[in-house]
Amino acid sequence: MRLYVLSVYLFLYIPIGIIALFSFNAGRHAAQFTGFSTQWYGKALNNPFVLEALKTSFAVALASALLATICGTLAAIALQGIRGWMRMVYDALIYMAVMVPGIVIGIATLITLVTVFGTLNPLLAAIFGGETPPQLGLGKGSLIAAHGLFTMALVVVIVRARLQGMDRTLLEAAADLGAPPMRSFVQITLPQIAPAVLAGFLLAFTFSFDDFIVAFFVAGSETTLPIYIFSSIRRGVTPEINAIGAMVMAASLVLLIAAQMILRPRKR
Amino acid sequence: MRPALRTTLFLAPATAWLLFMLVLPLLVVVLFSFGERGAAGGYVPAFTLDNYANLSARWTAFRNTILLAPLGTVLCLLIAYPLAYHLAIKADPRWRTILLILVIVPFWTSILIRSYAWIQILGGNGLPRLIAELGLGRPRLINTPFAVLVGIVYGYLPLMVFPIHVALEKIDRRLLEASADLGSPPWRTFLQITLPLSLAGVATGSMLVFILLMGEFLIPQILGGGKVFFVGNALVDLFLQSRNWPFGAAVAATLVLVMLVTVTIYLRAMKRLSGGRDDVSMM
Repeated sequence: MRLYVLSVYLFLYIPIGIIALFSFNAGRHAAQFTGFSTQWYGKALNNPFVLEALKTSFAVALASALLATICGTLAAIALQGIRGWMRMVYDALIYMAVMVPGIVIGIATLITLVTVFGTLNPLLAAIFGGETPPQLGLGKGSLIAAHGLFTMALVVVIVRARLQGMDRTLLEAAADLGAPPMRSFVQITLPQIAPAVLAGFLLAFTFSFDDFIVAFFVAGSETTLPIYIFSSIRRGVTPEINAIGAMVMAASLVLLIAAQMILRPRKR
Repeated sequence: MRPALRTTLFLAPATAWLLFMLVLPLLVVVLFSFGERGAAGGYVPAFTLDNYANLSARWTAFRNTILLAPLGTVLCLLIAYPLAYHLAIKADPRWRTILLILVIVPFWTSILIRSYAWIQILGGNGLPRLIAELGLGRPRLINTPFAVLVGIVYGYLPLMVFPIHVALEKIDRRLLEASADLGSPPWRTFLQITLPLSLAGVATGSMLVFILLMGEFLIPQILGGGKVFFVGNALVDLFLQSRNWPFGAAVAATLVLVMLVTVTIYLRAMKRLSGGRDDVSMM
């Protein structure tokens, strides 16, 4: 049994190890290890396309995670006071945002935004006129909106779980002692849900940073890091992709383990 | 601030987001699926069922998905259950949390990079070379259904382990002790107590993996090399290459419909299984 468990962990982590190992390959080909070198890290970090993609990914992940965390936390708090059919509608929508596969979200967002922009752009041109009227198009904005949809739903789920596990007697005590609702919110509710909010933010950031399939449809002319990696893989396997992959994996692993530790610090 | 006003204000941004980025786009997909293709691609308003009647044009993609998604789900289950069992029941409680985190964390890292790793393992200079050196012939592994299945199990195993672990952890240990005290052998305790009480977790894990597999694009693309394609690959082709939006919308709508049916069956089964709570967790 122990042997079985060990082999599953090996199965889970050997491929990650292989990415890291071959990123230090001196040779040009990712398939054969010919010596130790860190040159591919240097190459990756000096590649202007990689840096541009990294900047886009980082900006989109940060913006979408911040917006998703704020909107999601506010919604989770508000949903506590809602019962009946309204609650059912919101539960269904949140559930759908989490469960509908990324590819469908990507497609649906693509055709909707292209159609909406196609209708609005002539209007904008008529209103503003001139040589270069403002134009709406796919890009960072649509990436942020599409990533934020899924991650906001995720934040709602995580924060709500925390709110439900909260000790309500504290709020009642505060009310009995005459604290106004706003004050008991800031002094009692907020500190208690803070770890869930932070963990939600970290997960939202990681999701957006790692997402390929939604971005593939709605990125327009922007290139995120996963889109760059995907198109590089099509051109062949190189140690440079391994170096980029190893760095992305390392960053996600740190963020995720942090999120997990924050979420369940005192179990038992 | 009045509580009702506060609730409305707090909910407003999330509501707007859900309406404009989820409800509206999904309605547009349904609407487009009844439309006609424009001369240069895109969409022309119409009401026709041709797109649905034409679904069989993409039958290979549907067939691959219908065959490999359940197969991948079952493989995940077979590998995940013993692991979840060990973590929840046998493992040292001090290590339990960290071991569980080690299983879950890969799920949240880039599936793109994790699939890429398998190109190196299954590709010509990886495992096949090793097998050839052992004198066992040189099998072709990459760009086969086998490679896609390996990628699927690798990608989705964590998602299967977690709900099963949650279900197993909830089992009252005294039941297991009582069964042993009354002299039933371990296999019987497992079959009559542990397994039935963990079925809810099995159902949740299977449903999550199955649903995500239905829309999978990256694993067949990267490890199937365009030879083993899923509905997801057909969708990418229809929307980004051939730009046949109405037909693509019909394929997407069909996919979502199949998923909804799956979820409904799952919820019914859950009600019968536990008669109680159905907590679906992604974490």
